[in-house]
Amino acid sequence: MRALDRIALILGLGFLYAPILILVIYSFNASALVTVWGGFSTRWYGVLVADVPLREAAGVSLIVALASSALATMFGTLAALALDRGGRFAGRRLFTGLIYAPLVMPEVITGLSLLLLFVGFGLDRGLLTLVVAHATLGLGFVAVIVGARLRGLDRSLEEAAADLGANPARVFATVTLPLIAPSLAAAFLLAFTLSLDDLVIASFVSGPGATTLPMRLYSQVRLGVNPEINAASTLLVGTVTAIVLTASWLTGRRGVA
Amino acid sequence: MRRLLPVLPALWLAAFVLMPVILTLKISLSTPATAQPPYLPVLDWSAGIEGWDSFLEALDFTNFETLASDALYRDAALSSVTLAAIATAILALIGTPIALAMARARERWQPLLVALLIVPFWTSFLIRIYAWIAILKPEGLLSAGLMKLGLIAQPLEILNTQGAVLIGLTYAYLPFMVLPLYAVLTKLDPRLPEAAADLGAGPARVFWSVTLPLARPGLAAGALLCFVPMVGEFIIPDLLGGSDTLMLGRVLWSEFFSNRDWPLASAVAILVLVLVVGPLILFRDGEATAKEPSR
Repeated sequence: MRALDRIALILGLGFLYAPILILVIYSFNASALVTVWGGFSTRWYGVLVADVPLREAAGVSLIVALASSALATMFGTLAALALDRGGRFAGRRLFTGLIYAPLVMPEVITGLSLLLLFVGFGLDRGLLTLVVAHATLGLGFVAVIVGARLRGLDRSLEEAAADLGANPARVFATVTLPLIAPSLAAAFLLAFTLSLDDLVIASFVSGPGATTLPMRLYSQVRLGVNPEINAASTLLVGTVTAIVLTASWLTGRRGVA
Repeated sequence: MRRLLPVLPALWLAAFVLMPVILTLKISLSTPATAQPPYLPVLDWSAGIEGWDSFLEALDFTNFETLASDALYRDAALSSVTLAAIATAILALIGTPIALAMARARERWQPLLVALLIVPFWTSFLIRIYAWIAILKPEGLLSAGLMKLGLIAQPLEILNTQGAVLIGLTYAYLPFMVLPLYAVLTKLDPRLPEAAADLGAGPARVFWSVTLPLARPGLAAGALLCFVPMVGEFIIPDLLGGSDTLMLGRVLWSEFFSNRDWPLASAVAILVLVLVVGPLILFRDGEATAKEPSR
C-alpha cells in the first residue's frame, strides 16, 4: 500500500512539474530551436531585457495587480466580516452567491459581461477598467481565505477585550485585525497573482495602450514557441513561486488553502 | 455598525457581478449593428416610458434560435460538455489515488505536499499550457522520446487534436480535483477502513465499500470545480486544440473579437451560464458537507 501511495505521489507531482521544468531548462538553451539542445546560454534573458514592449506590459501588469489586489483585499475582507459577523441580513443568500460567482464563472463570461457594463456606461477601456475587473475577480478569493480564518478565530479574545472596556473599533483594531493579518497578507498575494496571471478577462476589458504581460505573451505564443517566452516564463514562475512560499509561510504551516 | 458591514461589498458586487450578467442577458436578446456600441436597441433614457416600450419590443430570441439551429454552435456546445465530462472523469480516476496517498502520508509531510500541489496552480496558466506545445508538437519532446525508445516510428500527430485538449484540461485542473478530495480524506476517521480490514475486507473492498463512499462529497466538489470552468475554457482549446476543436469559450471569443457580434457572444455566455448553473443547483445539497473546497 505504501509503495503504491509513493508511486501515485511521484507520478502526480511529476506530471504537474515536468512541463514547467522543461520550460525552465530550455530557457537556458543556446539554440533558437526550442526542442534542440544547443548548450547552456543566457542569451534569451538578454533578448528579454531588451524587449521594450514586453517590459512596458510587465509595468502595466504590476500597476494593475497592485491596485486591484489592494481593492480586492479591502472589499473581500469586508465581505468576509459581513458573512461571519453580520448576522442575518436581507439578501444574504444573493450576497453569498455573488461573492462566489466569479470563482466558478468561466473567465470568458466574467470578461464579456464586465466589458458590456463598461461600454454600456461609456467608460473608456484601460487601466481603470482592468483594475475594477481584477478587483472583482480577487474579491471572492479574498473572502474565502479571510472567512476561513475568521471562522477559526477564538471569539473569547474579542469578548475579553470588550469586557475590559474596549469599544468595538478598538477591539477590531487591537485584537481582530492582528489575528487575521496573516490571512489578509496571503489573500492579498493570491489576488495579486491572479491579476498578474489573467489573460482572458484582461483581453476583454483592456483598451489600447493598456496591454498586460499575459496579453503580450499570448500574442507571441500564438506565433509559435519561442525561447524568449521561455525566459519570460521562467522569471514569472520564479516570482510566483517566491510569492507562494511567502504566503504559505505567512499563513503558518497549514498551507495557503 | 454591524449592519453596515455588508453595504460596501454588496454595492461593489451588485455593480460589477450582478449588473454585468443582467446586461449580458439583455444584449443576448439584441440585434448586432454597425454602431457604437455594436448592438441594437440601445435604451433611450430620455424617452421615458415610451422609450422602454420600443426598447422591450425590439428584444427577441433570434440569437438563441441561431445557436439552436446552426450546427457549428450545437457541435461546440456538445464538444465542450463532452470534453469537460471526459476530463472530469479522468481527473477523478487519477486524482483519487493522489489525494489518498497525500492523506495517508506522514502528518509532517502533508503541508509540504499540499504546497507542492498549489504552486503550479499559482503559476501562470497561459505559460503552463504553452509548455505543453513544446512537448506535444510532432518534433517535440514526447515524440522524440517515444521514437528513441522505439515505441513509435512516426512523430505523434497529437497537438491540435481533442486529445491534446484533454491532456491540457487534465493537467491544468488536477489540483482542483485533488485538493477537495484530500480535504475530505484527511478528515476521514482512519479507524473505519481499519475496522473493515479487521473484519476481513481486502484492500480493494475497503476502498470500494468504505473509503470511496466517505470521500464522495470531496469527489463531487472536485468534479464541480473542474467541470464548470472547463465548459467555458478558452486558453486550452485555443493553444492545444487547433482549428478543429470548437469549445463554447472559444466560440464566444471569436464571435466577440473576430466577428464583432456582441449579441451572439452574449447569447453564448448565457448558454454557458445555464450549463453551469444547472450543475451548481444540483450540487447545492452536497454543499454543506464539502464547504468551500480550497481553490
